[in-house]
Amino acid sequence: MSDDRTISRLPDGLWTQPEVSAPDLGDIGNIEPVQRIRVPAAMTYDYTPGEAPTRFLMGLAEKKILGEKCPVTGDVYVPPRGMSPAVGLPTSEQVEVGPKGSITSFCVVHIGFGVNAPPTPFVSALVLPDGAAVSVYGTVLEIPHDQVRIGMRVEPVWADDADLAPSFESIRHWRPIDEPDTPAELLKGHM
Amino acid sequence: MLSAPLVIEYPFNRTTGPVIGAFLTGLQAKRVLGIRGADGRVVCPPVEYDPQTGAPLTEMVEVGTEGEIVSWSWVERVRDGQPLDRPHALALVRLDGADTAMLHAVDASGPDAVRTGARVRIRWADELQGLIGDIACFELVDGDGGGA
Repeated sequence: MSDDRTISRLPDGLWTQPEVSAPDLGDIGNIEPVQRIRVPAAMTYDYTPGEAPTRFLMGLAEKKILGEKCPVTGDVYVPPRGMSPAVGLPTSEQVEVGPKGSITSFCVVHIGFGVNAPPTPFVSALVLPDGAAVSVYGTVLEIPHDQVRIGMRVEPVWADDADLAPSFESIRHWRPIDEPDTPAELLKGHM
Repeated sequence: MLSAPLVIEYPFNRTTGPVIGAFLTGLQAKRVLGIRGADGRVVCPPVEYDPQTGAPLTEMVEVGTEGEIVSWSWVERVRDGQPLDRPHALALVRLDGADTAMLHAVDASGPDAVRTGARVRIRWADELQGLIGDIACFELVDGDGGGA
């Protein structure tokens, strides 16, 4: 990375902004001055998703997007948490949604984050799978980032069969399909 | 039911600024720098602004690589990512020439070997990288070689 400001150097090799003085340290002059450090911070968890998310993740390993239905409103939640957030009752019926869906919101990412981030700029989006009441998070590729729009129809690109696993990473990304856009009013309340 | 390790990591990249940069550069030469505060006291590790007045500080001074334990506690169960992978003391160490203390690990055979006021010295890392970890830990000057 390039320096974002002018750095002056003291005769003894310590780098500094001009106003700081340092003692003569003699043999320190051959050392590359420290200007930037990597200080990663990590938290390590044992993650147990629970029963309903486990059912959902096992579905992804079979290229299925499985939601669960609210017994009162009929809304299908994905990923399911085992209960309806609207009425607080357990979801009982498992419903396959998608795999096609519509983009409900998106943003263009210019600074990639994490080891699996695609080359920038790319599009992160919320995708509403057909039949679901809420959107899932994903990456939209195979289209220039400035052509992505709300309502655009997309489908998941699954991992190779050998790489399918009970993980969100079984959906490698989403890509556009040649279908008419979903009108915005049908997406209202489903982000 | 599924269960899996989940690591949430933030890959921070930090510019050090002139004061911390000089401190870390010094560590690579096995030298320790503090900074003189507005009241003349030497703060080590150095800070960029005076703890009392907030004024920017500019005069870096070298302090010793030995010092004394000001306060400490014993770490019996060691978590990942600590300076030592065996039970050790965590201590506030005031280096000779400094008026404030730094927090670091002290290698000792057990809590009975550690006391406030005990003399300690820096044990340098095998590979110096310009990070605080260049100070691998402190060890007791009249010590027992640590808890190896």
